Amino acid sequence: MNELPILSILLLIPIVGILLLTFISSNSESDSNLKQTALWITFLNFIISLVVLFNFDQSNPNFQFEEKYFWLGDSISYHVGIDGISILFVVLTTFLVPICILASYNNIKFSMKEYLIAFLALEVFMIGVFISMDLILFYLFFEGGLIPMFLIIGIWGGERRIYSTFKFFLYTLAGSVFMLLAVIFMYWEVGTSSIPVLLQHEFSYNKQIILWLAFFASFVVKIPMWPFHTWLPDAHVEAPTAGSVILAGVLLKLAGYGFIRFSITMFPDASHYFAPMIYTLSIIAIIFTSLIALVQEDMKKLIAYSSVAHMGFVTLGIFTFTIQGIEGAIIQMISHGIVSAALFLCVGVVYDRLHTREIERYGGLVNRMPLYSFSFMIFILASLGLPGTSGFVGEFLVLLSIFSVNTYFAVFATTGVVLAATYSLWLYRKIIFGQLIKDDLKDILDLSSREILIFIPLIILTILIGIYPVPVLEIIEPSSQLTIDIINGKMK
Amino acid sequence: MMGIFAIILPEIFLFSSSTLLLMIGLFYKKINIINLLSFVVFGLTAVLVVYQPSSFGFNNSFVNDEFSKTIKVMILLGSAATLLMFSPSRKHININIYEFPILISFASLGMMVMVSSNDLLAMFIGLELQSLSLYVLASLNRNSLQSSESGIKYFILGALSSGLLLFGISYIYGFTGNTNFNLISATYDKDSLGLLIGIVFVCSGLAFKVSAVPFHMWTPDVYQGAPTPVTGFFALAPKIAAVAIFLRFLYSSFGETATDWQQIIIFLSIASMIFAAFAAIAQSNIKRLMAYSSIGHVGYILIGLACFNFDGVKSLIIYLIIYLVMNISVFSFILMMKRKDEYCESISDLAGLYKDRPFYAILISLGMFSLAGIPPLAGFFGKFYIFMSAIKNDLYLLAIVGILASVVSAFYYLRIVKIIYFEEPSEKFDEFNSSSLNLLFFISSAIVILFFIYPSPIINIGNYAANTFF
Repeated sequence: MNELPILSILLLIPIVGILLLTFISSNSESDSNLKQTALWITFLNFIISLVVLFNFDQSNPNFQFEEKYFWLGDSISYHVGIDGISILFVVLTTFLVPICILASYNNIKFSMKEYLIAFLALEVFMIGVFISMDLILFYLFFEGGLIPMFLIIGIWGGERRIYSTFKFFLYTLAGSVFMLLAVIFMYWEVGTSSIPVLLQHEFSYNKQIILWLAFFASFVVKIPMWPFHTWLPDAHVEAPTAGSVILAGVLLKLAGYGFIRFSITMFPDASHYFAPMIYTLSIIAIIFTSLIALVQEDMKKLIAYSSVAHMGFVTLGIFTFTIQGIEGAIIQMISHGIVSAALFLCVGVVYDRLHTREIERYGGLVNRMPLYSFSFMIFILASLGLPGTSGFVGEFLVLLSIFSVNTYFAVFATTGVVLAATYSLWLYRKIIFGQLIKDDLKDILDLSSREILIFIPLIILTILIGIYPVPVLEIIEPSSQLTIDIINGKMK
Repeated sequence: MMGIFAIILPEIFLFSSSTLLLMIGLFYKKINIINLLSFVVFGLTAVLVVYQPSSFGFNNSFVNDEFSKTIKVMILLGSAATLLMFSPSRKHININIYEFPILISFASLGMMVMVSSNDLLAMFIGLELQSLSLYVLASLNRNSLQSSESGIKYFILGALSSGLLLFGISYIYGFTGNTNFNLISATYDKDSLGLLIGIVFVCSGLAFKVSAVPFHMWTPDVYQGAPTPVTGFFALAPKIAAVAIFLRFLYSSFGETATDWQQIIIFLSIASMIFAAFAAIAQSNIKRLMAYSSIGHVGYILIGLACFNFDGVKSLIIYLIIYLVMNISVFSFILMMKRKDEYCESISDLAGLYKDRPFYAILISLGMFSLAGIPPLAGFFGKFYIFMSAIKNDLYLLAIVGILASVVSAFYYLRIVKIIYFEEPSEKFDEFNSSSLNLLFFISSAIVILFFIYPSPIINIGNYAANTFF
């Protein structure tokens, strides 16, 4: 194992970036030195996360690269490490942040410096969530991410940004505070907030129910599940493109990760007790939000609602307590992280040109923008779960697992796949196909080289995971199996 | 003979130096010099306090222990910070008189006596010395109607609360025959109704001093009316001292029957948290808003008080320290905000700060997030430790109400951030060129933001002080 405190380095590099940006002057018109610095810093972080990925021992299901330092005393320590469940999320985060910065090169018109600082801070918090091995540290990062996101939506967002950002902040905060009380309760119950210890601890049935509900209150808002999803479309619509990307790409995954890591593993009895409720809510989310997506007039809103539907598959998979379900949920999250991020970027591309997200205003783009149409098609197909794209693998595994648990739920969930195809293809047809009759579209330009650079890695990953998901599954499998074993051990 | 006086050496030093400074000031009206000397006196007094051995004397009516030493240093820090706020602003707010530092010194002296008192009468003397200085301070700006009004209001209500307090003290003395905290504890009769009345009245009087709901009415008016450096002082030192004596009074005298008074504290705490969270939403004056904010914070501090155990005291001390630092940052900022040489006190005046001074804007916004208790800022850790102790003691109701109130209160703190960032500026701010205010603002902001990296020192202070009682 590597002696370098490599996970702390992952956290520190963006912080160094923040300090650098603070002292770089932003006098020049284009802020290009700021953008370059931020881009290279985040790219460096991505490289380091790849180093972690390649040094990661896939056969070992336990936490690796552990670091532990004294922090708050009383057995609350700065304790970080990663296992097969969290490592891919870390890489996803470090992968998406440089893309976000690249995507913000031209559409952030003012205060570039603060914007980049907020993004780097957000990266620190997101990585922190995934690598924390201490519950209180986890909570710190989980909540801390609200501050930069609040500012990103509020300052650089659209017209109703203030309403949206307040809704986002207060909604998520109100959900999360219960988790804090639960965390404290667990700390006094067990005497430590170390996650590996807590994973082995067996709480009594009644306590599990209460604690599970407290964690659920936090995650259900964050993931978000129907009927607590209303903040998401608002936040997405008003956020700048990169904000939407990171929101859909990573922030929603924090809760899915939380469900796997905490809810089902630490409170298996309660999870089994509440599983039918989760199934029901997930099914409603899948069908209901897909139907809502069908009638949207705003592109971003449509994708936001589709996110809720996709996250329904994730929760469905997690609460089957099968290896396929958990693997499927993780792959679905990774895939959704890539695909929905890419879809928001696609919206951003035409928004930058026309400054509207209304679906009616577009049509026939294929005539002027072939490259764009091609990339958009790949992501739309991945979003609806076409075999050969990453979206298929996750959904298939989840459907497989839910079928083994309950056939009726599986039937309903499959309907969601059909609906996803309906709204996705409808969106694609409206925007890309048809005659190019609208005047302002006549001289619209195709992807610039910067945009091509953004889309290429996303396309490659989408197809690669879709065609050959084995390497990804190999990383996930041992730790997922361990999770299942812990649950079964506690359930007896 | 000397041994006895060694116990109150810091108090004697502070008293004689302030009296001396008063004399000097009378003939040599250089306010800056007096201010500077008072600052030095506070520093020296703090050193004396730190190096004082733990001891008690005067028939056990005066104690120096880890708890009182910690609180005294915090009070002196708050007072010293007030002097730094005073010097750049004195000419603008028409309080350009040398008595200001002297009055602050006497108020601090009263607080120090109060914090160390282990006897109802010593407590009352300290409290009155403090209160009288504060009444004068509140009305220091004689030409301002608001300031005079706040002084009068504070005086009348303060006198009323002192009356309640004294009434309660007489009951306690009547039913136990003692005024010393430890002796009261020894002769405590569980079934005595008269004693219970005494406790209730003393608690009411002290609740007034810490401005807990429903004894908070004076706070918003006094905070708004008093000259800003004085408001800063109100938020910093007296609150800490009052919480400290509240704690010592209940813990030393009535530790045996904690369940009796715990209900009172729990009620005060819940009422303060909920009331402040909702009342602050409608405020438009930032000083008034900070008054409600301080009421809310007192609610959280009282959770620590209600716990009655080691963790409770520890969390209370940690919260007080963080509260002190956050308030220094906010008030030094309020004093810097000027447009055309006029102080901005309305919240809407903050609009455009972000365009004008982005660096200050981010720091004060983080200060607001910290007051709201959002991690990873210092304010979160204050609340975190408070909730830790509440849950350990099965005070679940308090914890749940507290955490929900903190969500509601996040709304009005965020409103300030919203105005700073999302609203268009009206006019430019004057230069933020006061070095002493900048110093206060940057140091306190740095502590607020970086607390999470190295939290041990403040937590160790909490442990150190909590050892006194448990």
